[in-house]
Amino acid sequence: MGTEKLQEFVEALKTADQSWVSSVADALGEVTVLTPREHVRAVCEFLRDNHGFDMLADLCGCDRGPEEDPRFEVNYHLFSTVHYQRLRIKVELTEDDAVVESVTTLWKTANWHERETYDLLGITFAAHPDLRRILLPSDFDGHALRKDYPLRGYEPYSLT
Amino acid sequence: MSTAVENLEPEILDESIDSQMTISMGPQHPSTHGVLRLELVLDGETVVSTIPDIGYLHTGMEKLFEYKKYQQGIVITDRMDYLNPLGNNLAYVMAAEKLLQIEIPERAQVIRVLMCELQRIASHMVWLGTHCLDIGAMSVFFYCFRQREKILNLIESASGGRMTPSYFRIGGLMMDLPAGFDRRCKQFLDDFPDAMDMFETLVTGNPIFQSRTKEIGYIKKEDAISWGLTGPCLRGSGVELDLRVHNPYSGYENYDFEIPVETGCDVWARFRVRMRELYECAKIVRQALERLKPGPTKADAPKVVLPDRDDMRKHMDSLIHHFLIVAEGFNVPEGEVYHAIEASKGELGVYMKSNGGPKPERVHFRGPSFVNLSALPDMVEGELIADVVAVIGSLDIVLGEIDR
Repeated sequence: MGTEKLQEFVEALKTADQSWVSSVADALGEVTVLTPREHVRAVCEFLRDNHGFDMLADLCGCDRGPEEDPRFEVNYHLFSTVHYQRLRIKVELTEDDAVVESVTTLWKTANWHERETYDLLGITFAAHPDLRRILLPSDFDGHALRKDYPLRGYEPYSLT
Repeated sequence: MSTAVENLEPEILDESIDSQMTISMGPQHPSTHGVLRLELVLDGETVVSTIPDIGYLHTGMEKLFEYKKYQQGIVITDRMDYLNPLGNNLAYVMAAEKLLQIEIPERAQVIRVLMCELQRIASHMVWLGTHCLDIGAMSVFFYCFRQREKILNLIESASGGRMTPSYFRIGGLMMDLPAGFDRRCKQFLDDFPDAMDMFETLVTGNPIFQSRTKEIGYIKKEDAISWGLTGPCLRGSGVELDLRVHNPYSGYENYDFEIPVETGCDVWARFRVRMRELYECAKIVRQALERLKPGPTKADAPKVVLPDRDDMRKHMDSLIHHFLIVAEGFNVPEGEVYHAIEASKGELGVYMKSNGGPKPERVHFRGPSFVNLSALPDMVEGELIADVVAVIGSLDIVLGEIDR
């Protein structure tokens, strides 16, 4: 599948604001736009309102490992119900400042995705209306999907 | 003394009328389809607000993927959406194949489509049975499970597993279809229209069912997109979106079928979409059976695909490849992909990231049930508590996929 159409959206982003696009990766038929974290909401809003990316198909975080810097990344998989294209927006976050602005005001579905990312990776979404743990119990210690969290946990977990 | 009683009485009455009551529905409630807990704030029988509480079935599958080789991850996917395991297999193996850039032979692709559509019918049969059970029609459940049983037997004959087939492997299939599969599949397809006629008479034409589902759980088109609804839930709100047509994969572009769309935006519309979809599934299965031509079912990639037993007995290099794949796994080139398929409940997306080793760095499943459930509070606000179960039934959720 060609990515010419996706490159047009990237060009539009660059034309709108040069600082929005840090780098672009075009691999395996998918285009990834690396965006500075302070602009991610603006980029998403621009794509949603002007280029038909009306659905946030998925939002997921990734931990590259404690020795990496920046350690975390958040991937926004945008999808359009108009032209059926997919675009990935990526944000990189450092370990001691793992905060990114929430996109819940743009897409309601971001609410649970961001809660899940917060729960499992410990990435904070600023201005999220209800940032609580979603899958793990509220008194759980640590963030289970981080690379330095052991597979079997620190100690047997008990509900009592 | 008597004045004190008179003063008390109106207060108690007022409290029962004005105050809102919070009740916890689930996690053991049978109509929540698993271990979903809903915190319902009620005013009388009317729902004021709902907070879904999930995570009771969380087993850390996404964490487990990072500790398993690529081919070992397939068996984990079976346990996510346990009503549609072949769909999960397909999403996972196609993401890995995209990273590896392997071409799948024609026959394997046709069999994948065939099995996925059979699985979709089985999944919709469970949905229809439980949806009607929630609303109060007991007998439909047994008829639905009779049909599902036939499909599970077909899947078992091909893969050896009923609920956990793990039939699709990276680079093709576990093995070819058994002898006589197409005959039994055709037999099922010949019997299926009669069953559908029965369901239409039993359920669709039932005035009680209609009055329980019409104009309930309303979600308009713009909200449905904003909530990220996909699959039959989105098509019930008037959006024509089916990834099998709009982002075709595994050769779906070669099949002739329609996308059922309803504009009612309510439980009834979602019901009609799934019922009409069942006919389309049967149509695709029939076309896939016609397209089945003899040929290989595994890709020509000896470092990734396990060799045939027969080859291993005759060729030294097959034996070596087999040993290496099982013992060490295969390295997947660095990169990241997001592959989405149309599962029975909506868009099932897999985000897979590799850093070059035999184990993935990150696997994330975008479960359609997870996203569809998040829209529940919007749908049931202002509805009666008895309608909450109807709305949950129309979302067709599976908690194994929500909690992962």
